[in-house]
Amino acid sequence: MALKQKDFLGLYNVKSEEINQILKTAESMKEIFTRSVKKVPTLRGKTIVNLFFEPSTRTKSSFDLAAKRLSADVMSISKSTSSVAKGESLLDTAQTMEVMGADVVVIRHGAPGAAEFLANNIEASVLNAGDGAHAHPTQGLLDLYTMKSYKGDFENMKVLIIGDIAHSRVARSNIQGLKSLGAEIRVAGPSTLIPREIEKMGVKVYQDLDEALEGVDVVNILRIQLERQERGLFPSIGEYRKFYGMNKERLDSLSDDVLIMHPGPMNRGIEIESAVADSEQAVITEQVTNGVAVRMALLYLLAGREINDEDLN
Amino acid sequence: MKILIKNGHVIDTLEELDGKYDIMIEDGKIVEIKKKIQVENEEIEVIEAEGKIIYPGLIDMHTHLREPGFEEKETIKTGCEAAAAGGFTRVACMPNTNPAVDNPASVEYIKSKSSEAVIEVLPVGSITKKREGKELAELGFLAEAGVKAVSDDGNPVMNGEIMRRAMEYGDNFNLKIISHCEDLNLASDGVMNEGYYSTILGLKPIPAAAEETMIARDIMLAEFTGASLHIAHLSTKRGLELVADAKKRGVNVSAEITPHHFSLTDKAVKSYDPNTKVNPPLRAKKDVEALREGISQGIIDIIATDHAPHTYEDKLGEFNYAENGISGIETALALVNTNLVKEKIIDYKELLKLMYENPINLFDLDKKGIKENQLADLIVFDPDKEWEVKTEEFKSKGKNTPFSGDKLLGKTEITFSNGKMVYDNRGDKAEIIY
Repeated sequence: MALKQKDFLGLYNVKSEEINQILKTAESMKEIFTRSVKKVPTLRGKTIVNLFFEPSTRTKSSFDLAAKRLSADVMSISKSTSSVAKGESLLDTAQTMEVMGADVVVIRHGAPGAAEFLANNIEASVLNAGDGAHAHPTQGLLDLYTMKSYKGDFENMKVLIIGDIAHSRVARSNIQGLKSLGAEIRVAGPSTLIPREIEKMGVKVYQDLDEALEGVDVVNILRIQLERQERGLFPSIGEYRKFYGMNKERLDSLSDDVLIMHPGPMNRGIEIESAVADSEQAVITEQVTNGVAVRMALLYLLAGREINDEDLN
Repeated sequence: MKILIKNGHVIDTLEELDGKYDIMIEDGKIVEIKKKIQVENEEIEVIEAEGKIIYPGLIDMHTHLREPGFEEKETIKTGCEAAAAGGFTRVACMPNTNPAVDNPASVEYIKSKSSEAVIEVLPVGSITKKREGKELAELGFLAEAGVKAVSDDGNPVMNGEIMRRAMEYGDNFNLKIISHCEDLNLASDGVMNEGYYSTILGLKPIPAAAEETMIARDIMLAEFTGASLHIAHLSTKRGLELVADAKKRGVNVSAEITPHHFSLTDKAVKSYDPNTKVNPPLRAKKDVEALREGISQGIIDIIATDHAPHTYEDKLGEFNYAENGISGIETALALVNTNLVKEKIIDYKELLKLMYENPINLFDLDKKGIKENQLADLIVFDPDKEWEVKTEEFKSKGKNTPFSGDKLLGKTEITFSNGKMVYDNRGDKAEIIY
């Protein structure tokens, strides 16, 4: 079993069967974590390059661990986009990766479309680890995996995403994945952070958080970048906390089995109160664990190996 | 040396020509225009133009020739060659060069450089010094040097007071103000039109209102000062309505639109192709539909190319970092033909209004035209010729076009400029002739 396409760039137009196939593979991967030796030889001899043009600790270490648990050779390159010439550098880097024999290039970049550009210019598989505000498919998939493992059926699931939808690749990938799987999707946040015509992506927009929270099964809280306030997108942290922050009071108004999710890193006390982040309903650390499993699954599927139980033993 | 253009459909609305005529050219001059010209002298070169349209040389009121300062993108020489291949014999070049055309010496430089070019160049001066929007350029000296219009194109004049004074002062010298309408605060660091596609692509959006509020401001200022205002590259539905409304009130305002803005929507950005990055950005479907309607209703005065050549590197890589602009002068006429005439939005006479007659009237240019005793300044255009856009065949240095690989209808076959055949596309290779 492998993916049909060379690259995995986003969840836009990805069919539910394919998503389910990835989630199922991730499940087999997760089983490995329970073993005493948390490593399989599946991708031995394969080269995976983590190419990070943006600072990232979580996603990068997650990919690193995922590749290592599959026994691939991993090379991590961090570059600051500002220190290199624009445009050309990405192409040059791509060509360098190519001749070094990379099988999969994992790319994180600040510019939307950067992963697609790379994919169009190299033979190796490209896995998008976040490109600007465009897409973050592995985060989307790990969120789906987490929702599925707790809630099962997407058809009857109501998911609310709160916060800075406009600048969020996590929100876009969540929405596109959930849409394919048939969930009801809501977004809530100040109108300045809700992008135009997002309704056409199949979501319902709420300006009032409490109204949006009514009857939801999953609450996915996005990190608020504090510099948005400086750019005039909302007046103060205090207002954001009051009108769009997830606090204990709001949590208590929801059913006990609601899932509280956050892609991290959290601004505790701003978009999420510690009492919520550390509550029974929060699955934020579980998301991190699932992230490794999902990334293992995608690396494995992209490397194009036939699935074979022996490989996982 | 005699040349006879036979059996072509001659259209020159200013000369009230619209029909099949033969045109005899002797030593560069049109000597006879008649229904049928009989030839006996074998020394005559006959151009068979059955099924072709003979137009006066077209005029592009919005071109970037990039010289001086950006010769790696285009030069006056190559830009004029591209224009000739596109059917234009006159182009107005924008002043966003380095140095900017904010002084008469720069105008003289362009004139002197263009004296050897295959077509005529009409330099546009800048409104403010260095196009910074702070102090008026020497508008009087610019006018004296032969400039008909001024613009800070590429930049808006953000300060309303400066724009007001430019209109008032420029009016003393009969200068038309060409406004690049863009509120830089609203446009912010956006890279594409704000709407569904910017939302799914995650690219920083530019709202239509960034253009519209400035169109509204400049219309108000033109109304207030009585100056003559021309809106460059209008691209939105609401902007069009503002212009239509102002015209009804008798404001001295005109507007141009580009072929890419009526040919493509912001959906074209979906592939993150940097060649679709342009300012103003490609707009939503509703805007494109309205613009086409505006053209058919005659609200739009001019189709101008906003030919903006760039190097390969300028357009390489991430969409965010690519330069704005489309190399458009060699596809303009074919896009007008394919997307407007063949779609029955305008006819061939209206095409000429938009690309020749209105520029002459609005910018007080020489008529030239197809008439006896006039140096031949005309094109032979084959409206039914299908061709594929191949950037390697462009005469322009700028290969940056989103239309690459597209099949278009209508090709310029021959261009005569100032009495000389400067472009010949009848054989295997399209030739520029000096």
